[in-house]
This record gives sequence, structure tokens and C-alpha cells, in this order.
Amino acid sequence: MKQTIAAPPVIRLGTDYIGKPVSRVEGLAKVTGAAKYAAEFNVPDLLYGYVVSSPIAKGKITRIHADEVLALSGVLQVFSHENVPSLAWFDRSYKDDLAPGGSPFRPLHDAEILFSQQPVALVVAETFELARYAASLLRVEYAAEAHETDIEKKRDDGYEPGRGKSGFMPPPKPRGNPNEAYKNAAHQHEAEYIHLAQHNNPLENFATTVEWLGEGKKLNIFDKTQGAMNVQQYLTKIFGLSKEEARVISKFTGGAFGAGLRPQYQVFLAVLAALALERSVRVSLTRQQMFSLGHRPHTLQYLKLGANENGGLEAVHHAALAETSQFEDFTEVVVNWSGLLYQCENVKLDYQLTKIDANSPIDMRAPGAATGSFALESAMDELAYKAGVDPLDFRLLNYAERDQNMNKEFSSKKLRECYHQGAARFGWEKRNPTPRSMRDGNWLIGYGMATGCWDATQQKAAAKASLTADGHLMVSSASNDIGTGTYTIMTQIAAQTLGLPLEAVTFRLGDTELPEAPVQGGSWTAASVGTAVQAACQALGKKLLKLAQQLADSPLQGAAFEDVQFVDGVIRLNEDISRRVGIAELLDASGEEKVEAEATTGPNMLKQQPYSMHSHNAVFVEVRVDEDLGTVHVARVVNAVAAGRILNPKTARSQVLGSVVWGIGMALMEESIMDHGFGRYINHSLAEYHIPVMADIHTIDVVLVEEEDDIVNPLGVKGIGEIGFVGVAAAVANAVFHATGKRVRDLPVSLDKLL
Amino acid sequence: MNTTPVLQKPLDSSPAAIVPAQAVTLHVNGEDHTLQLAPWTSLLDALREYLDLTGTKKGCDHGQCGACTVLVNGKRINSCLALATVYQGSDIQTIEGLGTEEELNPLQQAFIDHDAFQCGYCTPGQICSAQGLINEGRAKTVDEVRELMSGNLCRCGAYTNILSAVMEVIDRQAVVNNGTLTTIPA
Amino acid sequence: MNSFTLTQATAIDEALRDKASHDNSAYLGGGTNLIDLMKENVARPTHLTSLHKLPLSQIERAPDGGLRLGALATNAETAYHPEVEKHYPLLSQTILAGATPQLRNMATDGGNLMQRTRCYYFYDLATPCNKREPGTGCSAIGGYNRIHAILGASEQCIATHPSDMCVALAALEAVVQVSGPDGERRIKFEDFHRLPGERPELDNTLQPGELITAVDLPEKGFAKHFTYLKLRDRTSYAFAAVSVAAALELDGNTIREARLALGGVAHKPWRSKEAEALLVGRPATVETFRQAADQVVKGAVGQGSNDFKIELARRAVVRALKQATEMNYELDENAFLNSNP
Repeated sequence: MKQTIAAPPVIRLGTDYIGKPVSRVEGLAKVTGAAKYAAEFNVPDLLYGYVVSSPIAKGKITRIHADEVLALSGVLQVFSHENVPSLAWFDRSYKDDLAPGGSPFRPLHDAEILFSQQPVALVVAETFELARYAASLLRVEYAAEAHETDIEKKRDDGYEPGRGKSGFMPPPKPRGNPNEAYKNAAHQHEAEYIHLAQHNNPLENFATTVEWLGEGKKLNIFDKTQGAMNVQQYLTKIFGLSKEEARVISKFTGGAFGAGLRPQYQVFLAVLAALALERSVRVSLTRQQMFSLGHRPHTLQYLKLGANENGGLEAVHHAALAETSQFEDFTEVVVNWSGLLYQCENVKLDYQLTKIDANSPIDMRAPGAATGSFALESAMDELAYKAGVDPLDFRLLNYAERDQNMNKEFSSKKLRECYHQGAARFGWEKRNPTPRSMRDGNWLIGYGMATGCWDATQQKAAAKASLTADGHLMVSSASNDIGTGTYTIMTQIAAQTLGLPLEAVTFRLGDTELPEAPVQGGSWTAASVGTAVQAACQALGKKLLKLAQQLADSPLQGAAFEDVQFVDGVIRLNEDISRRVGIAELLDASGEEKVEAEATTGPNMLKQQPYSMHSHNAVFVEVRVDEDLGTVHVARVVNAVAAGRILNPKTARSQVLGSVVWGIGMALMEESIMDHGFGRYINHSLAEYHIPVMADIHTIDVVLVEEEDDIVNPLGVKGIGEIGFVGVAAAVANAVFHATGKRVRDLPVSLDKLL
Repeated sequence: MNTTPVLQKPLDSSPAAIVPAQAVTLHVNGEDHTLQLAPWTSLLDALREYLDLTGTKKGCDHGQCGACTVLVNGKRINSCLALATVYQGSDIQTIEGLGTEEELNPLQQAFIDHDAFQCGYCTPGQICSAQGLINEGRAKTVDEVRELMSGNLCRCGAYTNILSAVMEVIDRQAVVNNGTLTTIPA
Repeated sequence: MNSFTLTQATAIDEALRDKASHDNSAYLGGGTNLIDLMKENVARPTHLTSLHKLPLSQIERAPDGGLRLGALATNAETAYHPEVEKHYPLLSQTILAGATPQLRNMATDGGNLMQRTRCYYFYDLATPCNKREPGTGCSAIGGYNRIHAILGASEQCIATHPSDMCVALAALEAVVQVSGPDGERRIKFEDFHRLPGERPELDNTLQPGELITAVDLPEKGFAKHFTYLKLRDRTSYAFAAVSVAAALELDGNTIREARLALGGVAHKPWRSKEAEALLVGRPATVETFRQAADQVVKGAVGQGSNDFKIELARRAVVRALKQATEMNYELDENAFLNSNP
């Protein structure tokens, strides 16, 4: 290629998209109903499967009267342990990437009942209505055995779990002499904090549509998941399918909040049925069946805090006991935060599990941190009152400059700024420190605050960038977007990296045919996939530069990649921006159909090893509590978050707004009630499992605190899906105490507890 | 080990014959569609499974979430609790009929502008519900909108932005600021 | 959901005949409760007589000066009807405190009376329930019973009636107009719903095949001093833990007439005539209200998780009477919109 092209006119496209409040690129699809979710691929000749669930919590299936149901015209099969062909031999074949220690649940594997609402059969029929009806007719006989679902009765059976699940960090060893320090402390506080199980309850029920392609065992598996890759590896191991045969697609996910981190049983059942019947099959769970999936575990927490005369924290003991199933050790980081968040020399942290006859818990937004912070931040509030120190001053007084758990520096920590900016925005100084001192008619007014902390992590991820002759850039990675804004921020990163207009960039995700990416969870997608996207685009940029330098009389002759910038649709020299080559013209001149590049990135362990990396927030809440009737309204919330660089303040703010709604739900209304007599969650509907409605939500103010961090990853992002939720429940409960003088230590703070 | 026999319910004495499908004509988004449906098909399933109008969502199937909200003769209803056959002759409008990518309904545009959704699953129901709210003309203040939009759950918690979007359309000159309406100069 | 046939009746006698000619049949009104129950397999009728096309949706002045609500008028049409808003604002307020706009657009006035309990166990086929399957036992007694009755329960059933609207209808002394195989009859509202006793499977006193055709409101609407106070686990779209409909006629500060009914506490809307009698002739003071409240909860029994309702009901009655006293709807038509805590 030895030709010259004219330098394009200078046009300010404004391709510096990172940090701009760009509207969601998939917004049009979502507001018009064009976005298709797992149960919405209406492929030809589709069969419908309906799940039959166990009414008992423990025992055995003794008989399934499938013949009666199969007699109905249009019912094709009743799958159960009686007829499911032997699949993978080993337990470990059922282990997905996020499986905790133990043996995963194997659907329709044998007659054993391990939890109430366990799937016992799948009825497949020609229509949804017929499958539903046939499922209601299926007679299943059981021999029920005595179950135990009450963690209170299993208090003495606690045990320390192994490392099991990837990402789980057992508590650090005790430091100092916590018992002695507590004994000698001028101010002591000791209490137990409790919340029952909570269910993720995304609005879209779990569903899978398997398209039978009629070419051998080739399947398109449209699944509701947070990780197509994880589902694929699970299915290939169990069913002996190749990756080409088991293509998993998940372009839109109607929320998941952790419930989609692991493959759920509907995908197993749908693939099982499709392979057996050689037909396309859809299996959707009902809302009631959504309560058979994992949950945030019912957890008992014991807190013992001691402070000296000046309010300095002298002793911390935080112990947690959480439920898990009989078959897996579900773990989350509940207590470690209590050794991290505040400066204290004497710390003891214990975390134990106890087994009950229920399904395994699963990660639910800010798993562990939401739980631990409720107890720790409530206890800190209680101790602040005892020490006679303002709760905010108390936290500033005990501010941790260093991670004492790991004995490491923080890569960055703008929590102090969160406190200051949040308090200023909220008007914390107007707070009368005395409980029950602020009122407006019948309304008692309370101000409360709390702190939150979450991990900033990066996972290995890959991305591909492909620029075609029409000037369109396609970037892809098998990541997911459960509503977090992934589509949008990846488009921004790619467009800015190559200096292209947003409209010229498409980002694809949710398909196992794309470059490998981790599940969407842990707030790591922006860091992990974002870094990969940036690297892929940079690799592509290098190829473009090379092409540009092959032009006759190239204005970029001799320039290294670092010497040029990609902006406004051109490649130009940093030193002399008039020396430039238009990217569209370059492609045209080169005669290339497309230019492609791939990149795989991961954390820079060497650089990160000396540091502790976290996001932080400070939450300030005003509640109004009816003095006589106990009703609580959250009138105002200021949530100041430091989460590294904010790629898109519009979608980031939405993540935090949603987190506050979650915190209000956790604080005031969410609980899955286990009827221990039946060993069954009994409020298994959205009418009785309350999540906030619009009338519950008033003013929410999000402060995105500036924070630079060049350790965490090249983009400097820490993730924002979880941090905004941490601490909210404690801040609400603390505000309720300030309003009423009543300390509620068992969530939710329902009106009956304030009478 | 002590065991107790348990038999799954319900137990119909003898399964009834399955009622065959019949021609049912639904007037959806301005067009008549004749489908073969049995009485047990809900309007929601008729739209999603028989008409491939999957914009209308199924979140609970029991009238407890609002994701299935459609407009019938201009009024918002939960299509999951409606039997399709009963709604023959009614004017049914779904999200697909409210606007198109080329010509968005003002609510659809406002939802994009205000980032009034995250996962997007409740969004069509929210927009249809907001259109119903506007048709009713009963909500003027933010508190009234909050109450009268409370039939649509959003698990992502996008309420703040949904409220802003709806208020913008109700009064294009209004923005939501600390729970009160403030008029900003154009 | 099971398979069923469906007939769309166009006249009352046709509907009566159609239902009678099918075994295991049910009337279908707005469907907001029946379809829900059918999907849960709690109700499994094999024939539905749809009432949608019956000419029963009008709301009109009755000859005696009251208002007649056609059984098929929707909850929304009723709440927003100018006559209801003007003369029976308590009813408007109460309807709008229940369900959601979508549900109120579907649910009919007749159907509202026919709502079945929201007891978790009634809805869950994995658990015994005397209301669903007589003789199997009550799982709520000794189980989780936060939403259950504190008044008028029996050893067979502690379920509550979930309606808001019916609480106002009880306070307003509505009359239910029904047609049946044996002709028409009128049922006083207090006689319409029943307590569980030994027959918890029966929610009301309708005879087999009878159909509600209208709900009549007497002329007196208590349109000046009233309130519907609803306490629940979230601000909207939740059933009442406790609710109170209070209506007063005041002469200066003296109570001339009082109506008091509670929701969420019993198998039927719980009207307390004893408390009303106690209020009449007394000054409208908190002290008086407290005595009335004590009277309302006299004999109340907690079941464990719902013990709090006794105290909550007491406080709610006091607050509702206070709000009703302070309200003057003739002066401020929006007064009731923001009266709920």
C-alpha cells in the first residue's frame, strides 16, 4: 500500500466518552420491548416443560405416577429420577465455576429429597398450559423424614468451612488480645444481630429456551444467567456435549443479583428434555419456584466492641453463624470487614456454618458485606452512644489508614471524603444527638449513618475488536449485562480508545462463541472486561498505526504507538495534531475488509500484591417514624461512594440508586419466612415477600466521590454494583434508633417491632 | 427411621377432558389476530406465546408485580390475570404498539433519557402503566405518581429515575427536585 | 390451572342458568382473585360463567336516595365516580388504599366482596388447610400467622378477609343485592361475610348459584368526618396488617353518630357496634377514642406472630378517630389523600 490520502478536516466529534453520562446503548431495545430475554425466543415446534416441586423438605420419593399424566394427549414425557438416563458419573462434573465446597445438587438424580420445593419431575407437553395442567395432576408419593430448618436449633453444630468457593477468604487469625482489651475497655457493647433468609427475586423468573438445531446434538441454549461460559462448562461436563454443541446465549438478563452466578436447575432440565426428545424445549420457573433457588443465608451475628475513654476502638470480636445446605458449604465474607474497616489492635473474627435441610444459599448482592456491615455498623452506632461520641466522629476517630487484616497499604481510600462530602450534603450537623429529640407532629425524625466496604477485584477476561471497511467497530466478549450498564461502558471504552463515534461501535456479549469472560458478579465486570476491551482496541490501534505508516508520505512515519492519539476519527501525533490520518479513509485506502485484534488481560499481580483494594461508601439516612403506629418512612438518603474512576456517571448513579432501594428493602421489609414445621419458605410470592415499591422511595442523593487509583487496573475502576448497597440497612436501623430510642437488631425493622 | 407418607396435591377425582382450542380474535395494536386458544390461555400468554409479542413480561403471573401491564381500551390492567377469550373485541395495546424505534412514545424517550431502567425487564410494564396513569389524569404531584405507579415492581430499584421520566412527560417543564416540583426555565 | 369451559353470559338469568347447568362451576368477574387461585390450583372449577357482558356496571342513584353500585362496576370506576367521591369519600379512599391501579381497573365491586383469604397456607397446596380442604387441619395455628385474625377466629381457621373496600362498606352499612335460583334477595353487609366457626370453607352467606348484582349504599355517606387508616408492611401494594374505617357525625365536639370497622383482624370486616355505641354522645377526645379502642379489642386473641396486632389495632382506632374528627372534607377535598402514615 503505497498511496497518499489527504488529511481529513478537523472535526470535533468528542470521542472522549469515558466519564460521560452516556445513555444506555441498549435503551431503545429495552423501552420498545424488542430486547429478548431467555423465555422469549419463540423457535418453531417448541415444547414446554413445567417443573413439579417437592412439598416436603426431607425424605424420599417412593412413587411417581407418570403413566396417568402421559395418558393425556399432547403430553410427551415426564422426566424424573426414574427415567433420566445416567449422566455424568462424578459429582464434580456438576461443579460450576462458583460452586462452593461439597457436592452440588443434581436435579432428578435420585429419590432423595434435600429441600422443600426441590424439583422432582419435569412434565413436557405441546403447550405451556397443558404442561402446567399435567404437572398439577402428577401424583408423587413420598416417605417424609424429620427435617430441621431452624438455625437456632443448630447453634451448637457450627463448624468452620474450608476455603471451598473461589474468592472466599476465611477470617484472618486473631490479633492482639481481644478478650483482655474488651474487659479493660471503658465502654463496652455486646449484642446479637439477626436477619432471616432473603431471596434475590429478580423480576424475570429463571428460564431457558433450548433450540434443537437438528444437526447432531447441536443446541442454542438461551438461558437466564450471569455467566454464559459457566453454564456452558457445566452443561458440557454433565451431558458430554462439545462447546460447539452447547452454545449458550444470554443477551439480556432480567436482573439476577447473584442468583444467576451458578447454573440453575431449569437449564439442566431444558437441555435434558431437548436432548431426549430431540425437540426445542422451554422451561420457565414460576415465581413460587424462585424461592427454591438460593438465598442470602439466615445469619446470626455476635458483636462485642470495646472503646477507651476517648472513643478509641480497643477490642473487636465479630462472630457469625450462617446456615448452609446438607450438601454444600456455602460461604461468604461476613466478619472480615470488622477487622478491616476500623483501626483496632485487638481483633477476633469467627465465621461458622451450620447445616439445615434447605437448598444451598447463593450470593445475593454484596454477599457477606451486606450481612456483616449491618451488624458491625449497628454495633458501632451503639458503642458511639455509650462513648458519648457522635456516630460520624466515632468512625473518623477510628479511621483505618491501613488494612490490618492483610497488613497492607490501601491502593486508594477516599472514605474520609465520603464521610465529609456525604455529611455536608445531608446536613448531618443539624442532628440533635439525643435519641427521640427530633419530631414533626406524630413523626419522630431520626438521622443515622453507616459505612460500607467492598472488594475491588479484576478477573481474567478476553475481548475481540474488529473494524470493518464501513468504519464500524465490533467489540465482543462473553460477558453479561444484568442491568449494570456493561453494554454502554464497554462501548464507551472502545469508542474512546480508537477515537470513533459511539454510533460506530457495537459491543456484543452474552454468547459463548465470543472471547471468554468471567461471570458478571462481584462488581468486577467493568474492571475485568473493560481492561480486556481497552487492550483489544489498543492492539487494533497498533495495527491501524502500522497500516497508516505504510501509506506513502505517511504523516505518522516513525511514530511509536505511544506517540499517537486516536481521537475524533483520526490517528494523530501527540506532538503535532495536524499530522493525522483518518481511520475510515485509511481502511478504504488499505483495501482491507477488516482489521481485527484480540486481547486477554488479567490483574497485574506483581503490582497489586503490596496493596489492599477496596471501594467504600458512607450512607446518611433520615427516617420518619410514626410515634404511635410504628410505620417507618425513609425520607432522605445521601450515599457517598468512592469506587475509583466512574466510567459513566449516569449508569453508575443508577447502580447506587438501586442499591439504596435494596438497602431500604433489607432494612424494612425483606424476609423469607421459613415455616419450620413444613421446612418450607411460606411467603413464596411477591405479594408476601415484600420488596420496595415506588411509594417507599423518596429522595436519594448519590455523591460519586473522586478517587484515582492506578493500582487496581489500567482503567482505575473499582466497580459500583455492590458498594452502594453496603451499609444502607444499618444506616436505616441506626436512624430508627435515633428517631425512637428503640434498637432493632433483628431485621427487618417492621412496624410491630416499634410499637 | 420414622417416615410419613405424603402424596402430592391436588387430586382431581378424574382428570377432566381437555377443552379444545377455538378461534379467538384479539385486536392488538390496531390489528385483528385470530388465534386458536382454549379458555385457559391468559391474555399474557396469548401475547407472548401465540403472538410473539414478548415485550409484555411475565414476572409473577399472579398480579403481584405489574410486569405484564398492558392497556385495554386505554386502561392499564395485569394481563396475567385476564383470560384472552374474555378480551375479544377490546382494544389491546402493548409496548410494541406504543411506539417504535423510529417513532418513540414520549415516555419511551424519557425512560432512556432518565436512565429509568437497568435490567429492562419491568420496563415495558412501567411504560404501559405510566401511559395508563397519564390517560387517567389523576396524578399531578410526585407523591401521587409514586402511589399510582406502585403497581409496578422494579427489583433493580430504578424508581427515582422512573419517577423523573414520568414527571417529565406529565409536565415537560418540571423536574423532580427534593420531592417537589420545580419549574425550570426552558 | 385445570382445563375448563367458559360461557359469556349476557343477562342475569342466563348467567344463573349457565352456572346451574354445569357441575363444579364458578362465576368469573374481574378475575383478579379467581384466576390467581386457579393458577395456584386452589380453585379448580371445570366451568366458568363469565359475567363481563352482563349489564351490571352502572353506578346510579337509588330510589331511596342512596347509591347503587353495579356488581360489575370496577373498583377504579367506583373510587373515581363523582357521586362516590362527593357523597362517599370514605369509600373512595378505602378502595384507593387497596391493590394497584391495574388491579382496580380489573376488579369488580361484586368480586371484591368475594375475595378469598391471603393466608399463606390456604394458598400452598403442600400444607393442610381447613378452608381449602375441610378436615385437614389449620396450619396457621401454631405456624407463622403474622397476617392472621385476632378477633372472631375459631379452632378451625384463623384466616382474615383481605379486602379494604369491604371495611368501608361495613362501616357504611351497605346492602348486598343478589339474584339466585330462588329469586332476588338483599343481604345486610354485616350478614354477608361470616366467621369461620366450624365451616371455614364458607366465606359468606351466599347460597349455591347466587350472584351479586349490586351493592347499595344508604343515603348517609359521612362525607365530612371520616378516615381509612391502613397499616401495612410497605407503603403501597400490600395487604393490611390492620386497617380502620372510621366515620363520625359531630355536633361541635360531641359525637352524634359513629361508625367503626376494622380490616385485617378477622374472617370478615370487623364492625364494632359496641365501640360505636360507646362513642355516641361523648366528646371527641383522645380519652373517648381510647375507650372505644379498648372496646374494639376486647376479647382479641393473638396467635403468636400476630400478637402485635392487638396493640396496633388499639392505636390505629385511636388515630383513625382522631383523623376523622380533624378532617373536614367539605372544606378540603384533598384532605384524605395524604392521611395515611
